[in-house]
Amino acid sequence: MSVKKFVVGCFDDEKTLFPAVKSSRKEGYKIHDVYTPFPVHGLDHAMGLRETSLHTAGFIYAITGTTTALSFMSWVFTKDWPMNIGGKPHLPLPAFIPIIFELTVLCAAVGMVLTFCYLSQLAPFVKKDHFHLRATDDLFVMPIEVTEKTNLEEVKAFLQNAGAVEVFEKEAETGWWVGRYDSDKKMFEKEEIVTA
Amino acid sequence: MALKEQFEIPGGLKKWSYALMGIGVVTLLLGIVFLHPFSGGHGEAHGAEAYGATKFWMALMHNSIFWLLVVTSSFFFIAATTLAQGGWPLAFRRVPEAISGNMNILGPVALVILLAYVWISKDHHIYHWKDVEHVQEDHILKHKSGFLNPVFFTVLSLAAVGLWLWFRNWFRKNSLAEDIAGRGDHSFYWKSLAIAAAFLVTYGLTVLSTLPWMWLMSIDAHWYSTMYSWYTFASSWVAGISLMMLFVIYLKRLGYLEFVTEEHIHDIGKFMFAFSIFWTYLWFSQFMLIWYSNQPEETKYFVDRVGVAWEGGPFKMIFFLNLIINFLAPLLILMRRGSKRNYGVVIFMAVLIIFGHWLDFYQMVTPGPLKELGEGSNTFAHFAYSLGIGAGFVGLILFFTAKYLTKASLLAKNHPLVKESVIHHT
Repeated sequence: MSVKKFVVGCFDDEKTLFPAVKSSRKEGYKIHDVYTPFPVHGLDHAMGLRETSLHTAGFIYAITGTTTALSFMSWVFTKDWPMNIGGKPHLPLPAFIPIIFELTVLCAAVGMVLTFCYLSQLAPFVKKDHFHLRATDDLFVMPIEVTEKTNLEEVKAFLQNAGAVEVFEKEAETGWWVGRYDSDKKMFEKEEIVTA
Repeated sequence: MALKEQFEIPGGLKKWSYALMGIGVVTLLLGIVFLHPFSGGHGEAHGAEAYGATKFWMALMHNSIFWLLVVTSSFFFIAATTLAQGGWPLAFRRVPEAISGNMNILGPVALVILLAYVWISKDHHIYHWKDVEHVQEDHILKHKSGFLNPVFFTVLSLAAVGLWLWFRNWFRKNSLAEDIAGRGDHSFYWKSLAIAAAFLVTYGLTVLSTLPWMWLMSIDAHWYSTMYSWYTFASSWVAGISLMMLFVIYLKRLGYLEFVTEEHIHDIGKFMFAFSIFWTYLWFSQFMLIWYSNQPEETKYFVDRVGVAWEGGPFKMIFFLNLIINFLAPLLILMRRGSKRNYGVVIFMAVLIIFGHWLDFYQMVTPGPLKELGEGSNTFAHFAYSLGIGAGFVGLILFFTAKYLTKASLLAKNHPLVKESVIHHT
């Protein structure tokens, strides 16, 4: 995890956000992420994010659950402790199916939730920088990463032209950390004063 | 852009529908000549010959009930999505509307077949309960005779089919009137909601509960299962969705339905996938409880089909093929996102699912009456006969769906939710 420098553009409408996202990709700027107050339909396509592979992970968890349930029950009832239950065969598949199903769903669901949290870096006490407090309220925030080739003034002018209502520079931690936001503020010397 | 709103029936479709209807008629005539549908009954010799009439009526009932429920379920699709105020099917809603038009033909056809069997045919191997003398001797059937008797059968069948047709035609009339009225008149929309709600109540009280007990479950009159109607419904419903999918893609390939995109196909594909799993859930719930509790009077149903551990029944192959086609294939093939958006895969699966559920109805209807035949019964011949009659019904559906499609614009353009459907994406 590292502290990087960003030029942050804030938009107050989806309608200006979408063209801005498209033209900044066209210009070759590196969009760090876009923070929105609510899920915006089609923004992932506009940003060019790849399709999530969460479902593949889910399939693998599900198959794990299926095989665990099936192999464990088969082993118990045929090898380890065979029992006569109502004259049923020792490998009563129909009776196993509900349990196989339940374990499949359990593994898939829990596994996918945990994977989702890991991928989106969500966990209790874990903090991430949001660039602008109003990103959770009414502002669409698009930070553009500054590399050694980036011309700061050019990016700022570009964002202004694209319709940003607020443009500022910020150095921010890109990864997550455990702790608090306010104590963290002391980490950075050049802290932007957020104006509402 | 100019929309191709008016469907013109291509020659190929006409040719196919005539050919299939021809097969159906020839099969029907062969049956009338060789299977003696109106002979039989008490006093005559039992054995393979006495079952000619049974086989004839079985094939007709299996097909007419199955195809009627399939086309009815396409109206159920409209009603359910309308009541849920779902906008996405609007781009292709005229297609299920046209398919449900077949209810006007298949409804009376099914009623004629069922009532002819109950009142005119002397055969009683399918519905044991219609034989009054036999019922007096049969403790269980006597107990059930308040529900299972020819008069109540007739009343309920007529009332159910009549109500479905009434609601369907009312809905259609309302939908067509909306096309003529100007945009912005929402009274048609609210009215369609009310019709859909009333239809769903009727549907719930018939297809989802009483009617399959009466039409299909009473073939094995001693046996009962409370899951049966749901299971029947799930079967016809997923087949209905698949039929809709086939017509939508067919029209799309011909250059109609410009507003239908991959997203709509994907969503219908999701329905096919989801309700295949739903069907399996009901199938399994019915099977597992009976298998586990192991009561002879309940297991009888499955013994007639799969047989017992030491000896397979005559329908064992169909029974497991049914599970493979209707559960394993949709589960494994339709699970991926890409396959639900691939026209080729989806067409293949839709045809497979319709055939699979036709097979499912076959194994619901046939084993009960045929079990008494034992050795020497030619089940393959009967299967082929049923398939021939089925071809006739497919021909009817192709012909009349195309006809109903030509009767209206392919887009209900004044519906308030059309835009939602046009910009729909998953």
